This record gives sequence, structure tokens and C-alpha cells, in this order.
Amino acid sequence: MPSTVFRPSPARVLARGLPEPRWRPGLVAQPFHSEIFAPADEASGAGLALALARDALTSSGEGRGEDDRQVLWVQDRAAIRQGGRPCLAGLSPELAHRLIHVAAATPEDALFALEEGLKCRDIACVIGEIAGNPRALSFTASRRLSLTSERHGVRLWLVRLDAQPDLSSARMRWQARSAPSTAPRWNPAAPGPASWQAELFRARAHAPGQWMLSDDAGTLRIRHDPDLDSAAAPDPRYLARPTVGRSLAARAHA
Amino acid sequence: MLLADARALCPELAAVPADPAGDLAALEKLALWAQRWGPWSALDPPDGLLVDVTGAAHLFGGEERLLGDVARAFAARGFTVRPALAPTAGAAWALSHYGRGAAILAPQDDPLRLLADLPVAALRLDDDVLTVLRRLGIKRLGELAGVSGAGDDPVQEAAARDALRRRFRNRHSPAANPLLRLDQLLGRVPEPLLPVIARAMPLVQRRLMEPLRHRALLDTVLADLAAAMVRELEARGEGARRLELALWRVDGEVLQRRIELAAATREAAHITRLFAARLDDVDAGFGIEMVQLRASWSEPLHLAQTDLDAAAEDHGTALAACIDRLTVRLGPKAVTRPVSRASHIPERAQGWQPPLAPVPASQQALAFHTRPLKLLDRPEPIAVLYASPDGIPQRFRWRGAVHEVVRVEGPERIAPEWWRERSTTRLRDYYRIEDEAGRRYWIYRLGIAGDGRGGVPDWFLQGLCA
Repeated sequence: MPSTVFRPSPARVLARGLPEPRWRPGLVAQPFHSEIFAPADEASGAGLALALARDALTSSGEGRGEDDRQVLWVQDRAAIRQGGRPCLAGLSPELAHRLIHVAAATPEDALFALEEGLKCRDIACVIGEIAGNPRALSFTASRRLSLTSERHGVRLWLVRLDAQPDLSSARMRWQARSAPSTAPRWNPAAPGPASWQAELFRARAHAPGQWMLSDDAGTLRIRHDPDLDSAAAPDPRYLARPTVGRSLAARAHA
Repeated sequence: MLLADARALCPELAAVPADPAGDLAALEKLALWAQRWGPWSALDPPDGLLVDVTGAAHLFGGEERLLGDVARAFAARGFTVRPALAPTAGAAWALSHYGRGAAILAPQDDPLRLLADLPVAALRLDDDVLTVLRRLGIKRLGELAGVSGAGDDPVQEAAARDALRRRFRNRHSPAANPLLRLDQLLGRVPEPLLPVIARAMPLVQRRLMEPLRHRALLDTVLADLAAAMVRELEARGEGARRLELALWRVDGEVLQRRIELAAATREAAHITRLFAARLDDVDAGFGIEMVQLRASWSEPLHLAQTDLDAAAEDHGTALAACIDRLTVRLGPKAVTRPVSRASHIPERAQGWQPPLAPVPASQQALAFHTRPLKLLDRPEPIAVLYASPDGIPQRFRWRGAVHEVVRVEGPERIAPEWWRERSTTRLRDYYRIEDEAGRRYWIYRLGIAGDGRGGVPDWFLQGLCA
């Protein structure tokens, strides 16, 4: 199924926006290979990777309109054992119908699957999860992934579970962990929208920094002050939805 | 009779396990082979063949010599055969299975007169219909035919035939309706048959002058075969879904490699690349002398014009090719797509299917409750160290670490599926929690205290929220 989404060459993407010293969500120039280091007993790594992926796809204009390209999610066996598999009902609706999951037995197979996914022109982005510091994931392997993703213009977010930040050629490297969420308006005792404490400790175009990021109904946002925010935190689920297209009366009026 | 009883009666009994699928496959091959006597043939499982020899008997020197040829050909292959020839398939079947005299029913003969002595079982009827007919006292074809209109007293005969017709009026299947079968035997009603048609499998092979012992040469031969296979498929307008490569070694061993493709393909480079990943463990021994490639499963694939601009711009692979490469290396179970299933138990609500298979239509779940981002393959038990008065854990230990629960949402009660599980299965109360470090989990309590299905309920952690 050939995709009709126009994709400019990576060199043009990188040169389009002026380099900003400070990272923020919604930047036009997004790197092709990022690494996120996260603990294995929480889903913060995968959650942040998905949020960053959606941010990159929307802000770079690739995901504009109807984007039906597939998203490849590769996990090796240790990552599945420690962190589980993706749950369809918990994914965002625009991702749930186009997810292809690869359960690789070894880190070598996972790297092979990542590289094959990066070479495919019908894939929107690739999410990888590899546990620990396997010998296969050396600097050479990460350099291979960087070159492949930049050559073919497919973005990769590699989540490293319980790993030491060793030598790597990833363009942006994050250290992520869960952060206490803001209280939802309608039930302050319940857990709120997903929040992460993310530290960008290596990036080519940006200065290192630390942010509190949160997933605000599908948009990645920076939370400035947790105490000030908590009063006005939105509900994770919108209670009032537009009824256009659903109700005949609304259609008749329109 | 049990096999043990039979062996007790006759110790030298030879027992062979039944193989119905193999028998049917052999019968299909036999049906194709039997087309030497007529233009088309049909199966009559489990042990019969029907060949249409209309206008073909003179090629063998007459009908008697045709049947003699059939008997000789089968006997030469070790089969016992009872050939019969008749104007209708039903009459030929009756003659072959129950006939005692001549095996040929000529068109000018009266089938009712010649076949009147045969039992009613010669009509290819079901067992319960045969029982009914036996209880009615109808044992021979002639008696049934007598009822159906050739008797002495027309009024009485008409009444009897009407009674028989009314008895079987709800039986529309020919095998359950003796009158329909009789009409088919007499040629008054057409009997559609399903012919067996040979469909040649696309197959290319190379016999090599010198046995191959090196991988580079084998790759060359493989690329050559793939190009030939692509030409073969293109001539048919098809694309391969399954390809089988057979390597004949000098010592008679045959090595088989098989790949399945996610979508019909006709690209020689793709086929070569997929097989190259599977040829690493080939032991050539003293050499490989013949290589054969066949497409045992192919689907229609029309010719498509290549898009010149897009091909120059996009130098990646197509999705189907990517899936093929992943599947060949990682196995077919490793590359999957999650699909929702009709169940409310979280681990049963999602299934995995091949990535390019069509997604089954399903009703959208009512998203009243937030679900976690990831589900553990198997819920892990947690040790509750301290519980609040309403039963929610305040402090628990999971994987050796102690978590202090700060926020809770729940319970969401999910009852077991009573239509598929035992009555002693306990319900689950799910809670979404957040601990002091902000980690969000999905935990559940299996059962409630005093539900009569076990002791103190246990707690499990099943999902990790983003």
C-alpha cells in the first residue's frame, strides 16, 4: 500500500527551522534517533516515547491529515517480561488501529527488526524497547540505526529499560521517570494525566535541561509549577464532546 | 468390535491406522489420473470415482474393452476395482456397488428392468432413510419403482406413491429422498457433479552439471530460479504467497525450505533475499545437483505500472516486504497486530493476528474507564503490607520494592465470564493507583472476602500506566 504522504528529505527537514537553544514541545526540527532511559517497573519510557513521537509527527507536518502509515513497536523478550506488552484499549485511538508489534527473542533480533522498520517507507515511526545493556547494542549498532533512520527519514525512539547510559550515537538522549500527576478536576483522589520527569542530558541542537512533561489529552506539554498547576488541572477525559456527525439534529441544524 | 477383542479372536490380525485425509488426497490424484478415459472426472468419497466417457468409448474399441482397460490399469497399480458403465451416474454407481451380472447398462436397455433386483441401498441413501424404507417393507429397487408408477392398479399405485412422497416431502437432499434418487438413477432429474480440475503449480527447476558445494554458486542459481519463477507467475497474472525451495543432494537427500509472504509478490530480488536468510544452515554434503522452486500458493496479482517519481524519491521498502523480512527471520508468531476481541476480561479483550490480515469488525468498546498503556503477560502477585479500612492497599511490595499508594481510583468490578469459566472463578476489583513517586499501576483484588470461593482475596498487579 503506497503512502501518499509527502515526505521531504531529512537534510531539508533539519535545515528548515533555526536551531533553538532550548528544547520545547512542538519544535519543527526533530531528530531522527532518540534514546529514552527509563526504569523497567513503570511505563514512563514507552509513554514518553509515544508522546514525543506524536509531538514530532504533528509538528513536523508529516502526520497532517489522514495518516494511515503503520507504527512499529519492537520489544525484546526481557522487555516484555519486565514491562509487558502494549494494551490496545490503553493506546490513543489514532494509534490503536495502526500498530504492528514485534516480539523479538534476543536484542540482536530486536535490532534487526528496528533496522528493517526504519528502511520501510510505509511506516510512520518506530518505537523500540530493549532491556539492559546487551552486548549487541554497541556504539556501532546505534550508529547504524542513526544512519539508517536519517537516510530513510523514519524516526526512531529507543526505550532503554534499566540501562546505563553508555556510548551511543543517538541525537537526543533522555532520562525519564514518572512524576506525580496533577489532580483531575472531578475526582482529586484519582491519578491524573500521565506526567513524567524528563531530563535531556545530551542533544545536538539543544542545551541540556530538565522538564516536567505531561500528556494533556494527546498533546505533550511542559508543566511549569506543579503546585500552581494542580488547581486548574483538566480532567483526563473530556466529559463534553461535540456531537457533530453523531446526532441527526446537529446535522440538520448545520 | 474393539481392536483388543479382534486380536483375541485372530492374533495374526494386521492393524493399520486410518488416514482419511491421505485417502482423500490419493483419491484426488487418482481422479486426475482417471481422466485418461474421459474428459472429466469427479470424486465419490470415500472410495469411488466417476468418469464421464460420453463419446469416448470408441477410442478404446468399445465399452467392454474400455472396462477391460480400466480393470487392467488399476490391477497393474495394485488396486481392486469394480468398474461399471451406465447412462447416468446413479445407475453406474448402483451397478458398480451392488450389480451382479453385466457391468454395462446400454442406453437402449430399460434400467428399471435390469436394476429391479438391487437393494434400495444402491440408491446412495443415508442410513436412517434405509431404516425407514426397511420398516415400510421396501427392500428392492423394483418395489420402490413399483410404488412410483409401474403397477397394476393405477388408483392404488397413485395413492401409495402420494403417501411416499408426503413422507419424504421435507427431505430436499438427494441422499435423504429415495424418490429423488430414483429419478436421478433413471435420468429424469439432472444430477450436478463437481469435476476435479488439475491446476498446475508454478514450478521452475535447474539441473546442474556439476554438484554445488559453495554458497555463492547456490545464491546465483537461486537468483536465476527466482527470475524464472517471476516470469512464470507474470504469465499467469499471479503473485506467490508461499514458496518452497527443494535442494536435491548427490546422496539422495532432499532439503526443503519454505517461506510464506505477507502479500502476493512477484519481485525476484525480494524472493532471493528472503531465501538467502534461510539458506545459512544448508549442509551441502557432497554437493547439490538439482534445485527446484515451486509456488504452492499463489494469488491473482495484476500488472502495475511503477511510479517513476515516487520510486526515485522513496528508496525504502514496501510494508509487505518489510513484514516478510521480519517474519522470515523472527518467525510468524513474532510479528503481529493487536485486535480487540469481544470480551471484557482485560487479557482476553485483545488478540494478536498477522499484521496484514484484515481486521475483523468489532464494536467499539465504551471507554468509561482508563486502561493502562501496557499489560503484563501474567498478572504478578503483590504483597499488601498495610491496607486502609475500606480494603484498599496503602503500602504494598512488588518485585522487592515497597510502594506507598497516594491516589486511588476504583473499584471497577469485572465479573468472570460465567459462560466459559467455572462457577468458582472469582471476580476482580480493579484499581488505578499512583504511588508516592508518581508511578501509576493497575492492580486488582481477586475476589471479595466472604464470597464463598476461597479464603482471603489476593492482590495482583496487571498493568502499567504511562
